[in-house]
Amino acid sequence: MPIPRSDAYLIALRAIVWREALRFVHQRERFIAALVRPLVWLLVFAAGFRAALGLSITPPYQTYMTYETYIVPGLCGMILLFNGMQSSLSLVYDREMGSMRLLLTAPLPRWWLLFCKLAGSTVISVLQVYAFLIIAGLFGFRVAWPGYITLLPALVVAGLMLGALGLALSSLIRQLENFAGVMNFVIFPMFFLSSALYPLWKMAEASRLLHDICAANPFTHAVELIRFALYREFNGPALLWVLLAGMAFMGLALWGYDPARGLIRRKG
Amino acid sequence: MTGNAAGLSVRNLSFSYGPRRALQDVSFTLAAGSFGALLGPNGAGKSTLFGLLTRLFTTRDGTITVAGHDLAHTPRAALAQMGVVFQQTTLDLDLSVRQNLRYFSALHGISGRDADARIDAALDRMAMRERAHERARNLNGGHRRRTEIARALLHSPRVLLLDEPTVGLDAATRAGITDHVHRLCADDGLTVLWATHLTDEVRSEDRLVILHQGRILGDGFARETMAGGDLKTAFLTLTGAPRDADPAL
Repeated sequence: MPIPRSDAYLIALRAIVWREALRFVHQRERFIAALVRPLVWLLVFAAGFRAALGLSITPPYQTYMTYETYIVPGLCGMILLFNGMQSSLSLVYDREMGSMRLLLTAPLPRWWLLFCKLAGSTVISVLQVYAFLIIAGLFGFRVAWPGYITLLPALVVAGLMLGALGLALSSLIRQLENFAGVMNFVIFPMFFLSSALYPLWKMAEASRLLHDICAANPFTHAVELIRFALYREFNGPALLWVLLAGMAFMGLALWGYDPARGLIRRKG
Repeated sequence: MTGNAAGLSVRNLSFSYGPRRALQDVSFTLAAGSFGALLGPNGAGKSTLFGLLTRLFTTRDGTITVAGHDLAHTPRAALAQMGVVFQQTTLDLDLSVRQNLRYFSALHGISGRDADARIDAALDRMAMRERAHERARNLNGGHRRRTEIARALLHSPRVLLLDEPTVGLDAATRAGITDHVHRLCADDGLTVLWATHLTDEVRSEDRLVILHQGRILGDGFARETMAGGDLKTAFLTLTGAPRDADPAL
Protein backbone atom coordinates (compact mmCIF):
# COMPACT_ATOMS: atom_id res chain seq x y z
CA MET A 1 0.00 0.00 0.00
CA PRO A 2 1.62 3.31 -1.03
CA ILE A 3 1.35 6.48 1.04
CA PRO A 4 -2.31 7.57 1.06
CA ARG A 5 -3.28 10.22 -1.48
CA SER A 6 -4.18 13.77 -0.56
CA ASP A 7 -7.89 12.91 -0.18
CA ALA A 8 -6.78 10.56 2.59
CA TYR A 9 -6.68 13.62 4.86
CA LEU A 10 -10.39 14.20 4.40
CA ILE A 11 -11.25 10.50 4.59
CA ALA A 12 -9.46 10.30 7.94
CA LEU A 13 -11.09 13.52 9.17
CA ARG A 14 -14.54 12.24 8.33
CA ALA A 15 -13.88 8.88 9.99
CA ILE A 16 -12.45 10.39 13.18
CA VAL A 17 -15.32 12.88 13.52
CA TRP A 18 -17.82 10.09 12.81
CA ARG A 19 -16.22 7.87 15.45
CA GLU A 20 -16.37 10.69 18.02
CA ALA A 21 -20.05 11.13 17.18
CA LEU A 22 -20.74 7.40 17.52
CA ARG A 23 -18.93 7.26 20.83
CA PHE A 24 -21.01 10.19 22.03
CA VAL A 25 -24.25 8.56 20.93
CA HIS A 26 -23.25 5.38 22.76
CA GLN A 27 -22.58 7.33 25.93
CA ARG A 28 -26.11 8.57 26.56
CA GLU A 29 -25.37 9.50 30.15
CA ARG A 30 -22.64 11.85 28.89
CA PHE A 31 -25.13 13.61 26.66
CA ILE A 32 -27.70 13.90 29.44
CA ALA A 33 -25.07 15.18 31.89
CA ALA A 34 -23.93 17.73 29.32
CA LEU A 35 -27.48 19.06 29.12
CA VAL A 36 -28.49 18.79 32.75
CA ARG A 37 -25.42 20.60 34.11
CA PRO A 38 -26.07 23.98 32.43
CA LEU A 39 -29.83 23.63 32.86
CA VAL A 40 -29.41 23.27 36.62
CA TRP A 41 -27.34 26.44 36.60
CA LEU A 42 -29.90 28.23 34.47
CA LEU A 43 -33.06 27.10 36.20
CA VAL A 44 -31.91 26.77 39.81
CA PHE A 45 -28.76 28.75 40.42
CA ALA A 46 -29.74 31.73 38.27
CA ALA A 47 -33.24 31.87 39.76
CA GLY A 48 -31.81 32.01 43.26
CA PHE A 49 -29.07 34.42 42.35
CA ARG A 50 -31.25 36.83 40.42
CA ALA A 51 -32.31 38.76 43.50
CA ALA A 52 -28.80 38.99 44.91
CA LEU A 53 -27.07 40.34 41.83
CA GLY A 54 -28.05 43.59 40.17
CA LEU A 55 -26.73 43.96 36.65
CA SER A 56 -26.44 47.27 34.88
CA ILE A 57 -26.55 47.64 31.11
CA THR A 58 -23.29 46.47 29.56
CA PRO A 59 -22.54 45.68 25.91
CA PRO A 60 -23.82 43.83 23.96
CA TYR A 61 -27.05 44.27 25.98
CA GLN A 62 -29.13 47.31 25.06
CA THR A 63 -31.33 47.23 28.10
CA TYR A 64 -31.60 45.70 31.54
CA MET A 65 -31.59 41.95 31.44
CA THR A 66 -32.48 39.14 33.82
CA TYR A 67 -29.65 37.21 35.39
CA GLU A 68 -30.73 34.13 33.41
CA THR A 69 -30.23 36.08 30.21
CA TYR A 70 -26.78 37.11 31.35
CA ILE A 71 -25.47 33.65 32.18
CA VAL A 72 -26.73 31.76 29.11
CA PRO A 73 -23.59 32.59 27.03
CA GLY A 74 -21.44 31.56 30.00
CA LEU A 75 -23.31 28.28 30.19
CA CYS A 76 -22.70 27.73 26.46
CA GLY A 77 -19.01 28.25 27.27
CA MET A 78 -19.34 25.83 30.17
CA ILE A 79 -20.56 23.13 27.80
CA LEU A 80 -17.56 23.74 25.52
CA LEU A 81 -15.19 23.75 28.48
CA PHE A 82 -16.49 20.52 29.99
CA ASN A 83 -16.62 18.78 26.64
CA GLY A 84 -13.09 19.88 25.74
CA MET A 85 -11.87 18.43 29.02
CA GLN A 86 -13.94 15.28 28.62
CA SER A 87 -12.33 14.80 25.25
CA SER A 88 -9.00 14.99 26.97
CA LEU A 89 -10.28 12.37 29.39
CA SER A 90 -11.18 10.22 26.41
CA LEU A 91 -7.69 10.70 25.00
CA VAL A 92 -6.10 9.53 28.22
CA TYR A 93 -8.55 6.65 28.29
CA ASP A 94 -7.87 5.96 24.62
CA ARG A 95 -4.19 5.90 25.20
CA GLU A 96 -4.58 3.49 28.07
CA MET A 97 -6.89 1.36 25.96
CA GLY A 98 -4.51 1.51 23.05
CA SER A 99 -6.70 3.08 20.40
CA MET A 100 -4.70 6.29 20.60
CA ARG A 101 -1.70 4.17 19.61
CA LEU A 102 -3.65 2.94 16.64
CA LEU A 103 -4.48 6.50 15.61
CA LEU A 104 -0.89 7.66 15.93
CA THR A 105 0.45 4.84 13.75
CA ALA A 106 -1.70 5.94 10.80
CA PRO A 107 0.43 7.12 7.84
CA LEU A 108 -0.69 10.75 8.15
CA PRO A 109 1.07 13.66 9.83
CA ARG A 110 0.56 13.60 13.55
CA TRP A 111 -0.59 17.23 13.63
CA TRP A 112 -3.39 16.33 11.23
CA LEU A 113 -4.46 13.30 13.27
CA LEU A 114 -4.59 15.44 16.42
CA PHE A 115 -6.47 18.18 14.60
CA CYS A 116 -9.02 15.58 13.44
CA LYS A 117 -9.51 14.50 17.05
CA LEU A 118 -9.97 18.15 18.00
CA ALA A 119 -12.45 18.75 15.18
CA GLY A 120 -14.45 15.71 16.28
CA SER A 121 -14.75 16.90 19.86
CA THR A 122 -15.66 20.43 18.70
CA VAL A 123 -18.49 19.15 16.51
CA ILE A 124 -19.91 17.28 19.51
CA SER A 125 -19.53 20.38 21.71
CA VAL A 126 -21.36 22.62 19.25
CA LEU A 127 -24.24 20.16 18.90
CA GLN A 128 -24.53 20.03 22.68
CA VAL A 129 -24.70 23.82 22.91
CA TYR A 130 -27.53 23.97 20.37
CA ALA A 131 -29.39 21.20 22.20
CA PHE A 132 -29.04 23.25 25.39
CA LEU A 133 -30.26 26.41 23.65
CA ILE A 134 -33.32 24.58 22.34
CA ILE A 135 -34.26 23.50 25.86
CA ALA A 136 -33.40 26.95 27.27
CA GLY A 137 -35.75 28.35 24.60
CA LEU A 138 -38.55 26.18 25.95
CA PHE A 139 -38.00 27.83 29.33
CA GLY A 140 -38.24 31.29 27.84
CA PHE A 141 -34.69 32.20 26.95
CA ARG A 142 -34.69 33.22 23.30
CA VAL A 143 -32.72 35.57 21.10
CA ALA A 144 -33.56 36.78 17.58
CA TRP A 145 -33.10 33.77 15.28
CA PRO A 146 -30.16 35.21 13.25
CA GLY A 147 -28.28 35.21 16.57
CA TYR A 148 -28.31 31.41 16.52
CA ILE A 149 -26.54 31.54 13.15
CA THR A 150 -23.94 34.17 14.05
CA LEU A 151 -23.30 32.12 17.18
CA LEU A 152 -21.98 29.15 15.17
CA PRO A 153 -18.52 30.48 14.17
CA ALA A 154 -17.98 31.77 17.71
CA LEU A 155 -18.79 28.33 19.13
CA VAL A 156 -16.45 26.65 16.65
CA VAL A 157 -13.52 28.94 17.47
CA ALA A 158 -14.10 28.76 21.22
CA GLY A 159 -14.66 24.99 21.02
CA LEU A 160 -11.41 24.49 19.13
CA MET A 161 -9.50 26.60 21.66
CA LEU A 162 -10.89 24.71 24.67
CA GLY A 163 -10.47 21.37 22.89
CA ALA A 164 -6.83 22.27 22.18
CA LEU A 165 -6.38 22.98 25.88
CA GLY A 166 -7.79 19.52 26.63
CA LEU A 167 -5.50 17.98 24.02
CA ALA A 168 -2.47 19.70 25.54
CA LEU A 169 -3.47 18.52 29.03
CA SER A 170 -4.00 14.97 27.81
CA SER A 171 -0.39 14.82 26.65
CA LEU A 172 0.72 15.90 30.11
CA ILE A 173 -1.53 13.70 32.23
CA ARG A 174 0.21 10.53 33.18
CA GLN A 175 -2.74 8.58 34.45
CA LEU A 176 -6.49 8.58 34.32
CA GLU A 177 -6.70 9.34 38.05
CA ASN A 178 -4.99 12.68 37.49
CA PHE A 179 -8.02 13.87 35.62
CA ALA A 180 -9.63 14.72 38.98
CA GLY A 181 -6.81 17.23 39.34
CA VAL A 182 -7.74 18.75 36.00
CA MET A 183 -11.26 19.25 37.28
CA ASN A 184 -10.05 21.02 40.40
CA PHE A 185 -7.17 22.99 38.95
CA VAL A 186 -8.34 23.75 35.40
CA ILE A 187 -12.11 23.53 34.92
CA PHE A 188 -13.30 25.17 38.13
CA PRO A 189 -10.77 28.05 38.18
CA MET A 190 -11.32 28.71 34.49
CA PHE A 191 -15.07 28.79 34.92
CA PHE A 192 -15.30 30.80 38.14
CA LEU A 193 -12.50 33.21 37.24
CA SER A 194 -14.32 34.34 34.13
CA SER A 195 -17.21 36.51 33.03
CA ALA A 196 -19.48 33.48 32.72
CA LEU A 197 -21.40 34.09 35.95
CA TYR A 198 -20.72 37.76 36.69
CA PRO A 199 -19.51 40.69 34.63
CA LEU A 200 -15.91 41.74 35.10
CA TRP A 201 -16.85 45.12 36.57
CA LYS A 202 -18.62 43.29 39.38
CA MET A 203 -15.44 41.31 40.01
CA ALA A 204 -13.43 44.55 40.06
CA GLU A 205 -15.60 45.76 42.93
CA ALA A 206 -14.52 42.73 44.93
CA SER A 207 -10.83 42.63 44.01
CA ARG A 208 -8.66 44.27 41.41
CA LEU A 209 -6.38 41.24 41.29
CA LEU A 210 -9.24 38.84 40.70
CA HIS A 211 -10.54 41.15 37.98
CA ASP A 212 -7.15 41.11 36.24
CA ILE A 213 -6.95 37.32 36.43
CA CYS A 214 -10.47 37.08 34.98
CA ALA A 215 -9.54 39.52 32.22
CA ALA A 216 -6.52 37.40 31.26
CA ASN A 217 -8.44 34.11 31.36
CA PRO A 218 -8.98 32.86 27.77
CA PHE A 219 -12.29 31.38 28.87
CA THR A 220 -13.56 34.90 29.67
CA HIS A 221 -12.88 35.88 26.07
CA ALA A 222 -14.49 32.70 24.75
CA VAL A 223 -17.62 33.58 26.75
CA GLU A 224 -17.60 37.20 25.55
CA LEU A 225 -17.12 36.08 21.95
CA ILE A 226 -20.17 33.84 22.35
CA ARG A 227 -22.15 36.53 24.17
CA PHE A 228 -21.59 39.12 21.44
CA ALA A 229 -22.18 36.61 18.62
CA LEU A 230 -25.48 35.58 20.17
CA TYR A 231 -26.61 39.21 19.82
CA ARG A 232 -25.15 39.47 16.30
CA GLU A 233 -22.23 41.58 17.35
CA PHE A 234 -18.57 41.02 16.68
CA ASN A 235 -16.04 41.18 19.50
CA GLY A 236 -12.64 41.54 17.80
CA PRO A 237 -10.41 41.60 20.89
CA ALA A 238 -12.14 38.50 22.27
CA LEU A 239 -11.68 36.68 18.96
CA LEU A 240 -8.00 37.62 18.86
CA TRP A 241 -7.47 36.45 22.42
CA VAL A 242 -9.24 33.15 21.77
CA LEU A 243 -7.25 32.55 18.57
CA LEU A 244 -3.94 33.29 20.28
CA ALA A 245 -4.77 31.05 23.22
CA GLY A 246 -5.95 28.31 20.84
CA MET A 247 -2.70 28.44 18.88
CA ALA A 248 -0.65 28.35 22.06
CA PHE A 249 -2.59 25.33 23.39
CA MET A 250 -2.33 23.53 20.05
CA GLY A 251 1.41 24.20 19.96
CA LEU A 252 1.71 22.71 23.44
CA ALA A 253 -0.36 19.68 22.38
CA LEU A 254 1.82 19.10 19.30
CA TRP A 255 4.89 19.33 21.48
CA GLY A 256 3.36 16.92 23.97
CA TYR A 257 2.58 14.37 21.28
CA ASP A 258 5.81 14.83 19.32
CA PRO A 259 7.43 11.39 19.13
CA ALA A 260 10.94 12.78 19.57
CA ARG A 261 10.60 15.51 22.18
CA GLY A 262 7.28 15.05 23.82
CA LEU A 263 6.15 13.40 26.97
CA ILE A 264 4.45 10.39 25.41
CA ARG A 265 7.83 8.65 25.29
CA ARG A 266 8.03 8.72 29.06
CA LYS A 267 4.70 7.02 29.33
CA GLY A 268 5.35 4.49 26.58
CA MET B 1 12.35 2.46 -1.73
CA THR B 2 15.97 1.58 -1.49
CA GLY B 3 15.64 -1.79 -3.17
CA ASN B 4 16.65 -3.39 0.10
CA ALA B 5 15.38 -6.96 0.19
CA ALA B 6 14.98 -6.74 3.95
CA GLY B 7 11.45 -6.75 5.25
CA LEU B 8 12.46 -5.23 8.55
CA SER B 9 15.83 -3.98 9.63
CA VAL B 10 16.87 -2.60 13.01
CA ARG B 11 20.37 -1.19 13.34
CA ASN B 12 22.20 -0.16 16.52
CA LEU B 13 19.04 0.91 18.30
CA SER B 14 19.37 2.29 21.83
CA PHE B 15 16.78 3.95 24.02
CA SER B 16 16.62 5.22 27.60
CA TYR B 17 13.82 6.26 29.93
CA GLY B 18 15.71 9.02 31.69
CA PRO B 19 18.73 7.37 33.29
CA ARG B 20 17.37 3.84 32.76
CA ARG B 21 18.67 2.10 29.64
CA ALA B 22 15.79 0.13 28.05
CA LEU B 23 17.47 -0.90 24.79
CA GLN B 24 21.21 -1.16 24.16
CA ASP B 25 22.59 -1.39 20.64
CA VAL B 26 19.85 -3.66 19.29
CA SER B 27 20.35 -4.90 15.71
CA PHE B 28 18.61 -7.57 13.65
CA THR B 29 17.25 -8.02 10.15
CA LEU B 30 14.28 -10.01 8.89
CA ALA B 31 14.33 -10.91 5.22
CA ALA B 32 11.16 -10.19 3.25
CA GLY B 33 8.63 -12.99 3.76
CA SER B 34 10.22 -14.39 6.90
CA PHE B 35 8.67 -15.07 10.29
CA GLY B 36 10.73 -13.63 13.09
CA ALA B 37 10.04 -14.38 16.71
CA LEU B 38 11.19 -11.80 19.22
CA LEU B 39 11.54 -13.80 22.40
CA GLY B 40 12.22 -12.18 25.72
CA PRO B 41 11.08 -12.39 29.32
CA ASN B 42 8.83 -9.68 30.74
CA GLY B 43 10.77 -6.44 31.05
CA ALA B 44 13.27 -7.39 28.35
CA GLY B 45 12.47 -4.28 26.30
CA LYS B 46 10.02 -5.78 23.79
CA SER B 47 7.35 -3.14 24.33
CA THR B 48 9.91 -0.34 24.11
CA LEU B 49 11.15 -1.83 20.85
CA PHE B 50 7.55 -1.94 19.57
CA GLY B 51 7.05 1.68 20.60
CA LEU B 52 10.05 2.62 18.49
CA LEU B 53 9.09 0.34 15.58
CA THR B 54 5.62 1.91 15.45
CA ARG B 55 7.01 5.44 15.94
CA LEU B 56 5.03 6.15 19.07
CA PHE B 57 8.33 7.60 20.17
CA THR B 58 11.68 7.97 18.47
CA THR B 59 15.37 7.85 19.28
CA ARG B 60 18.42 9.34 17.62
CA ASP B 61 20.45 6.24 18.40
CA GLY B 62 19.97 3.74 15.60
CA THR B 63 17.86 3.24 12.50
CA ILE B 64 14.75 1.26 11.62
CA THR B 65 13.92 0.34 8.03
CA VAL B 66 10.49 -1.02 7.11
CA ALA B 67 10.20 -2.62 3.65
CA GLY B 68 13.06 -0.41 2.51
CA HIS B 69 11.73 2.83 4.03
CA ASP B 70 13.67 4.57 6.77
CA LEU B 71 11.22 5.16 9.62
CA ALA B 72 12.97 8.37 10.75
CA HIS B 73 13.25 10.01 7.34
CA THR B 74 10.13 8.74 5.56
CA PRO B 75 7.82 7.84 8.45
CA ARG B 76 4.59 7.92 6.45
CA ALA B 77 5.93 5.61 3.74
CA ALA B 78 7.23 3.23 6.40
CA LEU B 79 3.99 3.28 8.42
CA ALA B 80 1.94 2.69 5.26
CA GLN B 81 3.81 -0.62 4.85
CA MET B 82 3.26 -1.68 8.43
CA GLY B 83 0.41 -3.54 10.11
CA VAL B 84 0.41 -3.61 13.90
CA VAL B 85 -1.34 -5.73 16.48
CA PHE B 86 -0.73 -4.22 19.90
CA GLN B 87 -0.57 -6.18 23.12
CA GLN B 88 -3.59 -4.38 24.56
CA THR B 89 -6.76 -4.48 22.54
CA THR B 90 -7.19 -1.42 20.36
CA LEU B 91 -10.73 -2.16 19.23
CA ASP B 92 -13.48 0.29 20.03
CA LEU B 93 -15.68 -2.05 22.03
CA ASP B 94 -18.85 -0.03 21.39
CA LEU B 95 -18.50 -0.32 17.63
CA SER B 96 -19.20 -3.37 15.49
CA VAL B 97 -16.43 -5.39 13.88
CA ARG B 98 -17.15 -3.79 10.52
CA GLN B 99 -17.28 -0.27 11.98
CA ASN B 100 -13.90 -0.85 13.64
CA LEU B 101 -12.42 -2.01 10.35
CA ARG B 102 -13.98 0.87 8.41
CA TYR B 103 -12.50 3.35 10.86
CA PHE B 104 -9.05 1.85 10.43
CA SER B 105 -9.39 1.77 6.63
CA ALA B 106 -10.15 5.46 6.67
CA LEU B 107 -7.06 6.18 8.74
CA HIS B 108 -5.14 4.65 5.84
CA GLY B 109 -7.04 6.67 3.27
CA ILE B 110 -9.22 3.76 2.11
CA SER B 111 -12.96 4.32 1.82
CA GLY B 112 -16.09 3.33 -0.09
CA ARG B 113 -16.22 0.14 -2.14
CA ASP B 114 -12.49 -0.40 -1.92
CA ALA B 115 -12.74 -0.43 1.88
CA ASP B 116 -15.76 -2.78 1.83
CA ALA B 117 -14.00 -5.22 -0.51
CA ARG B 118 -10.87 -5.24 1.62
CA ILE B 119 -12.88 -5.67 4.83
CA ASP B 120 -14.80 -8.62 3.38
CA ALA B 121 -11.59 -10.26 2.17
CA ALA B 122 -9.81 -9.70 5.48
CA LEU B 123 -12.76 -11.05 7.50
CA ASP B 124 -13.02 -14.08 5.20
CA ARG B 125 -9.36 -14.79 5.64
CA MET B 126 -9.76 -14.75 9.42
CA ALA B 127 -13.10 -16.66 9.27
CA MET B 128 -14.81 -13.67 10.90
CA ARG B 129 -17.26 -12.66 8.16
CA GLU B 130 -20.35 -13.86 10.00
CA ARG B 131 -19.41 -11.71 13.00
CA ALA B 132 -19.00 -8.50 11.00
CA HIS B 133 -22.02 -6.84 12.59
CA GLU B 134 -21.39 -7.96 16.15
CA ARG B 135 -20.22 -5.40 18.66
CA ALA B 136 -16.57 -5.86 19.54
CA ARG B 137 -17.61 -5.98 23.21
CA ASN B 138 -19.52 -9.21 22.56
CA LEU B 139 -16.57 -11.03 21.00
CA ASN B 140 -14.41 -13.44 23.00
CA GLY B 141 -10.68 -12.83 23.34
CA GLY B 142 -9.76 -15.04 20.39
CA HIS B 143 -12.22 -13.37 18.05
CA ARG B 144 -11.08 -9.93 19.14
CA ARG B 145 -7.52 -10.89 18.29
CA ARG B 146 -8.58 -12.27 14.91
CA THR B 147 -10.43 -9.03 14.22
CA GLU B 148 -7.30 -7.06 15.08
CA ILE B 149 -5.16 -9.19 12.79
CA ALA B 150 -7.73 -8.79 9.99
CA ARG B 151 -7.64 -5.04 10.60
CA ALA B 152 -3.84 -4.93 10.55
CA LEU B 153 -3.89 -6.50 7.08
CA LEU B 154 -6.53 -4.24 5.52
CA HIS B 155 -4.09 -1.88 3.85
CA SER B 156 -1.99 -4.77 2.45
CA PRO B 157 1.13 -4.06 4.50
CA ARG B 158 4.38 -5.85 3.75
CA VAL B 159 5.42 -6.04 7.39
CA LEU B 160 3.22 -7.23 10.25
CA LEU B 161 4.22 -6.51 13.86
CA LEU B 162 2.49 -8.36 16.69
CA ASP B 163 3.25 -7.53 20.32
CA GLU B 164 2.42 -10.58 22.44
CA PRO B 165 -0.81 -11.16 20.51
CA THR B 166 -1.79 -14.31 22.39
CA VAL B 167 -1.68 -12.94 25.93
CA GLY B 168 -4.73 -14.06 27.87
CA LEU B 169 -5.90 -16.62 25.31
CA ASP B 170 -6.40 -20.34 25.90
CA ALA B 171 -3.96 -22.87 24.43
CA ALA B 172 -6.12 -23.92 21.48
CA THR B 173 -6.84 -20.32 20.45
CA ARG B 174 -3.16 -19.44 20.83
CA ALA B 175 -2.16 -22.31 18.58
CA GLY B 176 -4.79 -21.34 16.00
CA ILE B 177 -3.61 -17.75 15.80
CA THR B 178 0.06 -18.73 15.72
CA ASP B 179 -0.64 -21.18 12.86
CA HIS B 180 -2.60 -18.61 10.95
CA VAL B 181 0.08 -15.94 11.08
CA HIS B 182 2.69 -18.50 10.01
CA ARG B 183 0.49 -19.32 7.02
CA LEU B 184 0.14 -15.62 6.15
CA CYS B 185 3.88 -15.41 6.10
CA ALA B 186 4.29 -18.48 3.87
CA ASP B 187 1.38 -17.80 1.50
CA ASP B 188 1.45 -14.00 1.15
CA GLY B 189 5.14 -13.28 1.60
CA LEU B 190 4.41 -11.10 4.62
CA THR B 191 7.33 -10.26 6.91
CA VAL B 192 6.27 -10.93 10.48
CA LEU B 193 7.80 -9.88 13.78
CA TRP B 194 6.05 -11.75 16.56
CA ALA B 195 7.00 -10.68 20.09
CA THR B 196 6.37 -13.26 22.77
CA HIS B 197 7.69 -14.65 26.03
CA LEU B 198 6.23 -18.11 25.28
CA THR B 199 8.68 -20.55 23.71
CA ASP B 200 5.98 -22.88 22.38
CA GLU B 201 4.91 -20.22 19.86
CA VAL B 202 8.27 -20.42 18.11
CA ARG B 203 8.90 -23.04 15.41
CA SER B 204 12.28 -24.48 14.60
CA GLU B 205 12.31 -22.90 11.14
CA ASP B 206 11.50 -19.40 12.46
CA ARG B 207 14.06 -16.68 12.75
CA LEU B 208 14.62 -16.12 16.43
CA VAL B 209 15.79 -12.93 18.10
CA ILE B 210 16.28 -13.20 21.84
CA LEU B 211 16.07 -9.96 23.80
CA HIS B 212 17.14 -9.82 27.41
CA GLN B 213 17.64 -6.74 29.60
CA GLY B 214 17.56 -4.54 26.52
CA ARG B 215 20.26 -6.42 24.63
CA ILE B 216 20.23 -9.02 21.88
CA LEU B 217 21.32 -12.35 23.35
CA GLY B 218 20.81 -14.46 20.27
CA ASP B 219 19.96 -13.98 16.61
CA GLY B 220 19.58 -16.88 14.21
CA PHE B 221 17.17 -19.65 13.35
CA ALA B 222 15.36 -21.21 16.27
CA ARG B 223 16.74 -24.67 15.46
CA GLU B 224 20.26 -23.29 15.87
CA THR B 225 19.44 -21.93 19.32
CA MET B 226 17.75 -25.19 20.27
CA ALA B 227 20.83 -27.17 19.17
CA GLY B 228 18.90 -30.43 19.23
CA GLY B 229 17.30 -29.72 22.61
CA ASP B 230 14.12 -27.82 23.42
CA LEU B 231 13.83 -24.08 23.11
CA LYS B 232 12.62 -23.51 26.66
CA THR B 233 15.79 -24.98 28.15
CA ALA B 234 18.01 -23.12 25.71
CA PHE B 235 16.18 -19.85 26.42
CA LEU B 236 16.41 -20.23 30.20
CA THR B 237 20.10 -21.08 29.91
CA LEU B 238 20.75 -18.04 27.75
CA THR B 239 18.88 -15.65 30.02
CA GLY B 240 20.36 -17.20 33.13
CA ALA B 241 16.94 -17.78 34.70
CA PRO B 242 16.26 -20.74 36.99
CA ARG B 243 14.68 -23.70 35.15
CA ASP B 244 11.41 -23.37 37.03
CA ALA B 245 11.36 -19.57 36.65
CA ASP B 246 8.15 -19.26 34.66
CA PRO B 247 5.90 -22.28 34.16
CA ALA B 248 4.22 -20.47 31.24
CA LEU B 249 7.42 -20.60 29.20
